[in-house]
Amino acid sequence: MTPTDTLTVTIERGPAGAETFAVPAYENQTVLDVVSWIQQNADPTLSYRFACRVGMCGSCAMTVGGVPRWTCRTHISKVVKDGAVTIGPLKNLPVIKDLAVDMDPFFDKWIAAEGVHHSGQTRHDPIAPIDAATPARVAADAGIECINCAVCYAACDTVTGNDAYLGPAALQRAWTLLQDDKDTGRDDILDAVSGAGGCHNCHAIGSCTAYCPNDLDPMSAIAGLKRETAKSFFSRGR
Amino acid sequence: MLTLRLYMLQRITALLMAPFVLVHLGVMIYAVQDGLSAAEILGRTQGSALWFLFYGSFVVAVAIHGAIGLRVIAHEWGGLSGVALALFTWATGAGLFALGARAVWAVTFA
Amino acid sequence: MIARAHPLRLAYLLHRLSGLALALFLPVHFWVLALALTDPAELDGFLHMTEAGVVKLAEFGLVFLLAVHMFGGLRLLALDWLPWTPAQKTLAAVATALSFLVACLFLLGAL
Repeated sequence: MTPTDTLTVTIERGPAGAETFAVPAYENQTVLDVVSWIQQNADPTLSYRFACRVGMCGSCAMTVGGVPRWTCRTHISKVVKDGAVTIGPLKNLPVIKDLAVDMDPFFDKWIAAEGVHHSGQTRHDPIAPIDAATPARVAADAGIECINCAVCYAACDTVTGNDAYLGPAALQRAWTLLQDDKDTGRDDILDAVSGAGGCHNCHAIGSCTAYCPNDLDPMSAIAGLKRETAKSFFSRGR
Repeated sequence: MLTLRLYMLQRITALLMAPFVLVHLGVMIYAVQDGLSAAEILGRTQGSALWFLFYGSFVVAVAIHGAIGLRVIAHEWGGLSGVALALFTWATGAGLFALGARAVWAVTFA
Repeated sequence: MIARAHPLRLAYLLHRLSGLALALFLPVHFWVLALALTDPAELDGFLHMTEAGVVKLAEFGLVFLLAVHMFGGLRLLALDWLPWTPAQKTLAAVATALSFLVACLFLLGAL
């Protein structure tokens, strides 16, 4: 395949400032392809992160044209304006170098939201049958396809203003576990999402839902947590 | 920064104020028709236990609601946190309540 | 900011800014009303000012802020607490805002 034109690509490299590259344009090219071309042909010191290239692993998210996106599944034609595009690291996370951010705060909050399995059984118990059609299971299924790409976390204005806020991904995971018949951590989850950084800090701005590459709806999941905790406020008194 | 308790307070005061705001807007539209005057306002409100209760509850609700709302903005946009944020919240709530209570008293039983 | 403008985000900004403006206006509002106690003549002076064009416009602004903040808030309550679909919520908010607007226009016209 031969290049048809040249793209003007500006890479925001954190404290090192922004740098502009001329990249050959191909008809079939993702944002990740463009970043990889720069790293392989123009500047081998450019740092970025990717693994699967097919939208499964959630490691290649970046800020593209001011919007957080998964770069491996974003065609460059979707984001280029007048032959130019700006690519930067995800917002709301510390930059390690260039386009690679430190995901630790994101995953720490995943745990802080009790986004872990709470088992009530042992391997000696029979496997509990799960009815895929119950409303709770349907609600859980709507949120479990999260690939941990942190696009929602980077898009969230509340995270920007409030360091302690657990963020859309972690809270959505807490919500799916709350709906899961096999999870026994209900009270722990409700307590974890009711604290100073919990679901009640969400202002329903909806950027998480607007930008989730998998079309998940964390905003509604967080609304579900608010409903459950509001109910428990009256029944448990906390 | 917003716990379940603050969230519930914010939502309950909001629910309480929705009908208050409608009545307040209605009275405003009605009252401005013939021009506002001190005598006109006082004629309606002075000595009235009903208006005292209405505006009294309104002031309590708005003091709580406004204090929590400004707390969120002070934290997210102003970077205030910890003790400073708590002080700010309480001072805002107390200030709004004091000013509002004084106004309600002035137009009803003073 | 502009790159990430979408309807709900603008609704959030409108709600926050209207709330902030109302909170800043309230102390002034309370202070003027309390003049009934301390200085009735000055209260009348303030109230006469409300007939001037600029102040009338400011009043309209306040009514607008109050209405916007209330309906924006009811929208949030519905979003949080009523397990409706998003489309139902948008329709309900639009219907409420429209009926309120019609009612206000009717009142202003009739009086």
